Amino acid sequence: MPDNIEKIAIRLTVNGKAHSLRVEPRMLLVELIREQLDLTGTHVGCDTTYCGACTVLMNGAAVKSCTVFAVQADGAEIMTVEGLEKDGQLHPIQKAFGDAYGLQCGYCTPGLMLSTVQLLSQNKQPSEKEMRKAIAGNTCRCTGYQNILKAIQLAAQSMKGA
Amino acid sequence: MYPRAFHYHRASSLSEAAAMLAEFGDDAKLLAGGQSLIPLMKLRFANPSHLVDLNFISGTSYVREENGTLRFGALTRHAEIEASPAAAKVPIIHDCAAGIADVQVRNRGTIGGSLAEADPSSDWATVLITLQTEVRCQNATRNRGLQLADFIKDAYTTALAHDELVHEVAVKIPPAGAGGAYLAFKRSAPVYPTASAAVQLAMEGEVCRDAAIALGCVGLMAIKARDAEAALRGQSVTEKTVAEAAEAARAAADPQSDMRGSADYKRTLVGALVKRAIDIAVRRAHGEQVEVSHIYA
Repeated sequence: MPDNIEKIAIRLTVNGKAHSLRVEPRMLLVELIREQLDLTGTHVGCDTTYCGACTVLMNGAAVKSCTVFAVQADGAEIMTVEGLEKDGQLHPIQKAFGDAYGLQCGYCTPGLMLSTVQLLSQNKQPSEKEMRKAIAGNTCRCTGYQNILKAIQLAAQSMKGA
Repeated sequence: MYPRAFHYHRASSLSEAAAMLAEFGDDAKLLAGGQSLIPLMKLRFANPSHLVDLNFISGTSYVREENGTLRFGALTRHAEIEASPAAAKVPIIHDCAAGIADVQVRNRGTIGGSLAEADPSSDWATVLITLQTEVRCQNATRNRGLQLADFIKDAYTTALAHDELVHEVAVKIPPAGAGGAYLAFKRSAPVYPTASAAVQLAMEGEVCRDAAIALGCVGLMAIKARDAEAALRGQSVTEKTVAEAAEAARAAADPQSDMRGSADYKRTLVGALVKRAIDIAVRRAHGEQVEVSHIYA
């Protein structure tokens, strides 16, 4: 193993807040988010690029934060589930997941909601096929996807004017 | 699940990255999209002492159409290719880009990284070997171009020298009258396909003037099914010739039994995929718009 691993200085914005940190190169983005910034809404599920529980937005694009090094987020804008609500008001996507019973245990939900943010930012009226494709990288092990799809549809409707 | 500790280097140009490879030797790895390398490092199957990050180099991500050739920068993400109107002119390329893994992986993974990794289950190699594809490589001082068939040597093995990297993938746009389709069968989105088939045809009415057929995930590299191509070339595309091509494809496959299925199952599957892909390729050659991509069970 190499000796004297130098930490790397990075700057990034997380949910609108700027951070400057020094990180070990092997630190994963999800570990930076959870352990350095204490934003534990981003979950670690499989830790093998499969389940999508760790999904966050990096410059608007959904990524699995267990498969990005923190140093790669230097200069990036990150959004986590904590960035969705504004002034105590739930984001329409959060509200829709609640109203449509789009969750059971909730472990996969932050990732699913961020995949939904990317989908609805690119496609305001997605078809069922497009919704299924958009969340194909997010695994739910409780209950299946029917209510999740209903939640995405409800969110799309309530965000129509936005 | 940390990878082993490593030194991190952020290259500011591809030439600088190549120079770092020359300096650090076998202990160095390039980081492109990282969607294969980072999982391998977390499992400690890959333990580079030096990681050279290519992601901060500007001008490495593009899709350009120039004189009948599509040029992809090595760091072009699958998602950018999926969204590219220029790339959509070659439907088999869109089929591939739109179906690799899932949204999150397509947002990170790159075409150059995929080819340079040469995973036997990768989608790009299977698709691009049915087209005229040149892999443009460079080290710190020189460029060279290799045909894709000469670039991939074996499973996880390419013709890249230790100080060399991919900087561009150039694909000749097939002429009018051509049609292609790529079908990959997957158990779920994030996994590699169980088997896949890429078919690119040059049609003149009902007659197939030329055919390129490649099979993925059923050998150590993408397999060019030459007998299947011969079964169609110069022939009318009929139920009989399609059945002959599918049978030849089944014979060309060399699958392993694993958690995705038995060798027999994969052989049967790949034949069915070839049959379906020929049908779609012919319809596209005749001007029909057909939307296909990876199939989930």
